[in-house]
Amino acid sequence: MNRIFWVLLIGLGLAAPFLIYPVFAMKLLCFALFACAFNLLLGYVGLLSFGHAAFFGGAAYITGHVVKVWGFPPLAGILTGTLFALVLGAIFGKLAIRRQGIYFAMITLALAQIIYFLSLQLEFTGGENGLQGIPRGQLFGVIDLSQPLAMYYTVFAIFMIGFLIIYRAIHSPFGQVLTAIRENEPRAISLGYNVDRFKLMAFILSATLAGTAGATKAIVFQFASLTDVHWPMSGEVVLMTLLGGMGTLFGPVVGATAIVAMYNELSAMGSWINVIIGGIFVVCVLTFRRGIVGELARLLRSRS
Amino acid sequence: MRKLLLAATCGFTMTLAGAASAQDQALSNDYVKIGVLGDMSGVYATGFSGPGAVGAVKMAVDDFGGSVLGQPIRVISADHQNKPDVASATAREWIDQERVDMITDLTNSAVGLAVQSLASDKGVITMNTGAATTQLTNEACTKYGIHYGYDTYALPVGTATAIVKNGGKKWFFITADYAFGHSLQKNTTEVVESLGGEVVGSVAAPLGTNDFASYLLQAKASGAEVIALANAGQDTVNSVKQADSFGIVQGGQQLAGMLVLISDVKSLGQEVAKGLQFTSAWYWNYDDESREWAKRYMERTGAAPTFPHAALYSATTAYLNAVKAAGTDDADAVRAQLNEMTIDDFFAKGGDIRPDGLLVHDMYLLKVKEASASKGEWDVAGVARVIPGEQAYPPLSESTCAHIDQ
Amino acid sequence: MNVSLDLILAQMMLGLSAGVFYAMLSLGLAIIFGLLNVINFAHGALYMLGAFVALIGHSYIGPWLGYEDFQLGFWPALIVAPLLVGCFGMLLERTMLRRLYQFDHIYGLLLTFGIALMLQGFFTNYFNVSGTPYGGQPESLNGIVNLGFMYFPKFRLFAIVMSIVVCFLTWFVIERTRLGAVLRAGVENPKLVQAFGINVPLMVTLTFGFGVALAALAGVLAAPIYSVSPLMGANLIIVVFAVVVIGGMGSIMGAIVTGLTLGLIQGLTKAIYPPAANTVIFFIMVIVLLVRPAGLFGKE
Repeated sequence: MNRIFWVLLIGLGLAAPFLIYPVFAMKLLCFALFACAFNLLLGYVGLLSFGHAAFFGGAAYITGHVVKVWGFPPLAGILTGTLFALVLGAIFGKLAIRRQGIYFAMITLALAQIIYFLSLQLEFTGGENGLQGIPRGQLFGVIDLSQPLAMYYTVFAIFMIGFLIIYRAIHSPFGQVLTAIRENEPRAISLGYNVDRFKLMAFILSATLAGTAGATKAIVFQFASLTDVHWPMSGEVVLMTLLGGMGTLFGPVVGATAIVAMYNELSAMGSWINVIIGGIFVVCVLTFRRGIVGELARLLRSRS
Repeated sequence: MRKLLLAATCGFTMTLAGAASAQDQALSNDYVKIGVLGDMSGVYATGFSGPGAVGAVKMAVDDFGGSVLGQPIRVISADHQNKPDVASATAREWIDQERVDMITDLTNSAVGLAVQSLASDKGVITMNTGAATTQLTNEACTKYGIHYGYDTYALPVGTATAIVKNGGKKWFFITADYAFGHSLQKNTTEVVESLGGEVVGSVAAPLGTNDFASYLLQAKASGAEVIALANAGQDTVNSVKQADSFGIVQGGQQLAGMLVLISDVKSLGQEVAKGLQFTSAWYWNYDDESREWAKRYMERTGAAPTFPHAALYSATTAYLNAVKAAGTDDADAVRAQLNEMTIDDFFAKGGDIRPDGLLVHDMYLLKVKEASASKGEWDVAGVARVIPGEQAYPPLSESTCAHIDQ
Repeated sequence: MNVSLDLILAQMMLGLSAGVFYAMLSLGLAIIFGLLNVINFAHGALYMLGAFVALIGHSYIGPWLGYEDFQLGFWPALIVAPLLVGCFGMLLERTMLRRLYQFDHIYGLLLTFGIALMLQGFFTNYFNVSGTPYGGQPESLNGIVNLGFMYFPKFRLFAIVMSIVVCFLTWFVIERTRLGAVLRAGVENPKLVQAFGINVPLMVTLTFGFGVALAALAGVLAAPIYSVSPLMGANLIIVVFAVVVIGGMGSIMGAIVTGLTLGLIQGLTKAIYPPAANTVIFFIMVIVLLVRPAGLFGKE
């Protein structure tokens, strides 16, 4: 089944700007990467972070600032944002992994709220105004990113790199240990693994790639704003992962696509969309815990 | 999915070059589309945007006959939730996908700035009736951006002058913490200081604050004579009410609402608001022409028009007249036409749109009536002074707008 | 630094009036967590629901039903809203939460998060997010009290006193009565309590209902102070989470004391360095985590 997904992912990914509105396709990819990064933590380590908006939105601000004010080229800007997310992830991770389960969720949420309030109050973020008018600039100094296609394929390349990093991480000995921790933490400890260290590493990797996603979104939309750093964003990425299927490689991509498309298609419904999103949350948790891809895999397995 | 299938059949035939130049195509010519992008559910939904704003634009379109140059006129609207990123993304999609020709309302200065710059980059006219910051026609001015109705320079000219002259010399600001509030505080400070008053302090409160108590206590402790509210909409209403419940006015301090609409006066009640002076771009009960228009508006929407709603009607009509006169919806031609025209209707008397995008017209200093003096539900204020356009707005020579040649 | 004592005292009074809401909500969270091991993310939304019951009861229900004159006043709302919202909570527990006890606790958190989104979204459709003023504040609580260092609205004073009384009554019932003893035993060893002939599932449902009713009560008390808005609980619940992490989930008294204290600290911050007022609670949380990961009153 995975082979079909790879073909679909790359095929649709390459054709997308001719099929749908390119800006929408780029938004989708940014959120897909965000959800994949998040899934690394929730799906493979079993840690529910409710603060990933801090990395996503925080990196967006840093990228926006260095590109707009310091004149960094776009890629360097995205890298700077990513680096920021890495450092922030190390700090948050260090603090949060002292507790587990629900406490972990609440602590990450509260820590992310600090970043939100800093974003609201610090001068360089523009507060409620947001960081506006970030130039898209030129890739490698030659390719003009204000062209939708050039921008799209840059975003697609970034997404693929991020996605492959996650794929590698999961299918490495490192990933095996993570899964072992998720399944049975005491046993992993008794086998001599420094569990906290592995958790921290996974947390940092997840935060870093979430940062890449946010940084890329800032360049695409030429905007960094409070929306990206506020807690509903953290909730949204949980939902994308949950709906698509946590602990599956492609689930978050499917989940992100579904949610972003839904927001787009149902935008005329006003606030009812939040009722629907909340309802999906409830249904997923009550009856559909494997998510779309997880259920699909189960169906295929039970048939064969 | 529907979109996907449809696009799949024709999408592949599109060449790379064709897609890349999609941005440069001329605006569609089989209709003229107006986008109303406002705050439909938040702090500014009552008096500035909301259904009343969409109603005003649709009324203007209907009065115009529903078509221009033989093309139908369409109106679309969306809620930006006071989030500039949402506004910017919506405007981007409207321009790329919906092919809107003009975007209006844009209440909330952060939104106004974001959309004006994006739309002008893409060659689309904006007629900003809701946002107030002077940046729109100064450092952030653009080729196609028009600021129609009022700004933070014009607001304090009436209100602050009247208060300082009445003896209110020491000022403290409670400021909405974004482009609008800071802009309004800056402009008001200039007026206060030029008349010999002083500003003893300020505090910034987030947009949509529901508890102003701690800010009011700071204002009280500052010893100021005047507590200026550099905010608007529900924020103003909440701060006035809470000031009342903490005995601020009994304590001898005076409140000054720097941007007040008649809808705010209505929700405060004339008892709380009586005697309050505020500057307005228009007042429905000023003359017969306004009353006649207001009556028709009220029949359509059920509420009396505030000045931003009147501005929306006037701006839409002006835009459509310009399209008609130019014979095209091409942004350059329409913008040039708007420069030429004189706006003389119930809203703007002898109004002129300048090269920096600012509409200069008369403003009014209003004073809230005693409830007993009101004739009718919406007759909440009387005009205390008419401020001529050239006093309410600075001369073009003072504009820091970069694209005007001087 | 030039801050007058009056300003500090005044801001601390305001802090206290916020603190009682932290205390009521974190108390409810702690009671629910104790028995169900669920962190109720919808707690803020149910607080909001309580305020809306009061608002709708006062200004809307009469015209809807065709009795223009009917109004649910503030005093009846203090009873009706917690009852209604408590029943709603019990319904949620019976139909949804119950099915998740066998799974990881995070599912309970996610479920209640979804419920919170639905409630907020629903009310946002009908009510302005910037708030609708509640007009039912009783005449007897109108007006201002002169505290010497400040004028303080009589109603806020009432809300503070009432909340503190409710908090300590709850503490008394749980820690000092037979009913509370059974409850505490149920937390320690549900099977044993069941063996004594006590209907534990019913006890769980009632406890959830009670915790939720506390939130609704807080909502009714908040309605005249802040205007009633669909998002009023969303912004509060995250602060309350931090309060819970600081206090630790272990004790009822811990939840109350931590809530009140953090309100006071926040007020103090507003007087001394206002820009830090929003974040001070979260910074305290970080420090507590470094020094005492289980929280001030927590036991691990």
